[in-house]
Amino acid sequence: MKHMANWNFLWIALLAGLAPVAGHGQIRIEYDVVPGGTKPVLVSMSGFTGEAAQVIQFDLYVQGFAVTNAEAAQYELSGSNGENLQGKAMDRVARQALLAKSYSGAGLRRQAHTFVDDFLQSIKRVGIGKSKIAYRSMKGENGEIYVADFDGFNPTPVTKDNALVYSPAWEPGKMALYYTTYKMGNPSIFHHNLSSGERSAFARHGGSSLSPAVSPDGGRVAMILSKDGWTDLYVGSASGGEPKRLTRSREDESGPCWSSDGKWICFAAKVNERRSLCKIPAGGGEIVRIPTSGVLNPTEPEWSPDGKWIVFTSMMGGFEICVVPSGGGVVTQLVPGEDPSWAPNSRTVIFTRRHGSGRSLSLLDVPTKQVKDMSRIPGNSNSQPSWAK
Amino acid sequence: MKLNRFTNLLVIGLIVTVAATGCKKKTGFVTPLPANMGGGGVVKDPRPEPAPPLGTDPNTKGTGTEIKSDDIKAMDGVKQNAFGKHEGWPEDRAILESSKVYFAFDSASVRPGEASKLTAVVDYLKANADKAVKVEGHCDERGTEAYNLSLGDRRSVSLREELIKLGIDPTRVDTITFGEARPASTGHDEAAWKLNRRGEFIVLSPPK
Repeated sequence: MKHMANWNFLWIALLAGLAPVAGHGQIRIEYDVVPGGTKPVLVSMSGFTGEAAQVIQFDLYVQGFAVTNAEAAQYELSGSNGENLQGKAMDRVARQALLAKSYSGAGLRRQAHTFVDDFLQSIKRVGIGKSKIAYRSMKGENGEIYVADFDGFNPTPVTKDNALVYSPAWEPGKMALYYTTYKMGNPSIFHHNLSSGERSAFARHGGSSLSPAVSPDGGRVAMILSKDGWTDLYVGSASGGEPKRLTRSREDESGPCWSSDGKWICFAAKVNERRSLCKIPAGGGEIVRIPTSGVLNPTEPEWSPDGKWIVFTSMMGGFEICVVPSGGGVVTQLVPGEDPSWAPNSRTVIFTRRHGSGRSLSLLDVPTKQVKDMSRIPGNSNSQPSWAK
Repeated sequence: MKLNRFTNLLVIGLIVTVAATGCKKKTGFVTPLPANMGGGGVVKDPRPEPAPPLGTDPNTKGTGTEIKSDDIKAMDGVKQNAFGKHEGWPEDRAILESSKVYFAFDSASVRPGEASKLTAVVDYLKANADKAVKVEGHCDERGTEAYNLSLGDRRSVSLREELIKLGIDPTRVDTITFGEARPASTGHDEAAWKLNRRGEFIVLSPPK
């Protein structure tokens, strides 16, 4: 992965071309968190031990906190985890108690996740402790789709396709996925109800059916199809029927996602010989380019649930996880990696890293750039993550 | 004042949880969590647990739900097997192996130097009117998977277009993308990549 001459060449050309422009004043990003430039919030922990302490620390770290001593901390978390977990949270700066609760049942891990979620809720943030992820685990040439807790615990295979599989995509608010499988020969998109185990063929056409993305209301699915002889972006109703073709280009479109308000479908395309992020009204219309200043070859966009950001992968030699305001603008490069998917909190991202022959999943807190590898997930090639929202 | 707020919170917590647990325990403010995510307690997650866990060792072969042809319910209006004309036709990769077409980096255009390889494909299809061909599109590893699936797809449909231009009936040409998943060479340099950016022609014969 180190000698990607062509991308490097393009990147150097871009740098040279942009050099005079860069001096023209910085564009301010007017949001409450600056991607990659925010310091972690300091928190202290006392009284928790073993697995409970590990869970609390993990959950805090991937949501932008750093554990420090009591004197330096803004928030103080204390408690115990005997038979049941008991936890208290205190805002040391505002001198205010936030939370005091005890938890029972569901196991210690769930209790600890819930405590952190409750703490976050007390400071008006959305916790992710009970959220789920889906991903693909490869076994030799083929793979299966798995579902796990967001921290990689309790991995459960949900397919038995023994085939190439790609791009699990959650149906919002439901225990259901769309994904691409080669089980039937050509790549087809299936809907998989995880509660009942029921499967439906959602898109089986001539050519390839790829990259499903579900609208925020669950009613429509964007996808890449070549059934009409080209590689184009389509949108179909989740309840079936003939999908509508949205693009007609001589180039390939890839990796669609939905804007958080469901009005746009964002995707990667080649426009005027240049790889770009684009969006198109979900019902069809003009393609709008989304500027991504500072990087080249953006792919795999995903719009944050709060609507503010698009996370994507730029291909410039290696792969880099990047964010850009959803209207386009100056890109912040975060960490090496690819295939990012937002958590419901619009700040944590799960992504893939390549190493040797395999791939692994990691979590990234976008504002602080804090990363946790999920090396504990079994298997030496896990990728294609999707965070349930 | 600060102490008061803290005490208030504790008292509120106590009242709420006592109400929820019906004073069963005297050990304080216990908030029960359900054993699953089905609801109740403080965990309000509408999602049930995922598909019944059908195995716990993910290193073994997938133990999830198997797709069986009988189980597949077509969504209303979906054309199952719109491409099914050649389904089940035996494949032969050897016949047109020397006709592999190689592509430039980040491109799905058939280069003039490569286009001559299509002559053998066209000649074969013209001489064997009962047969069809499946065009595979492949990529090198330098793109993300989503990008490579689409680029490989575009490569396969570009080659299909060329065959049609050369007089082959469109219904005799199927396409499929493999992205970067099936490299011809497993190296990590241009010598390998240029072999991986390719299209392959698989002969499909009617079942006997």
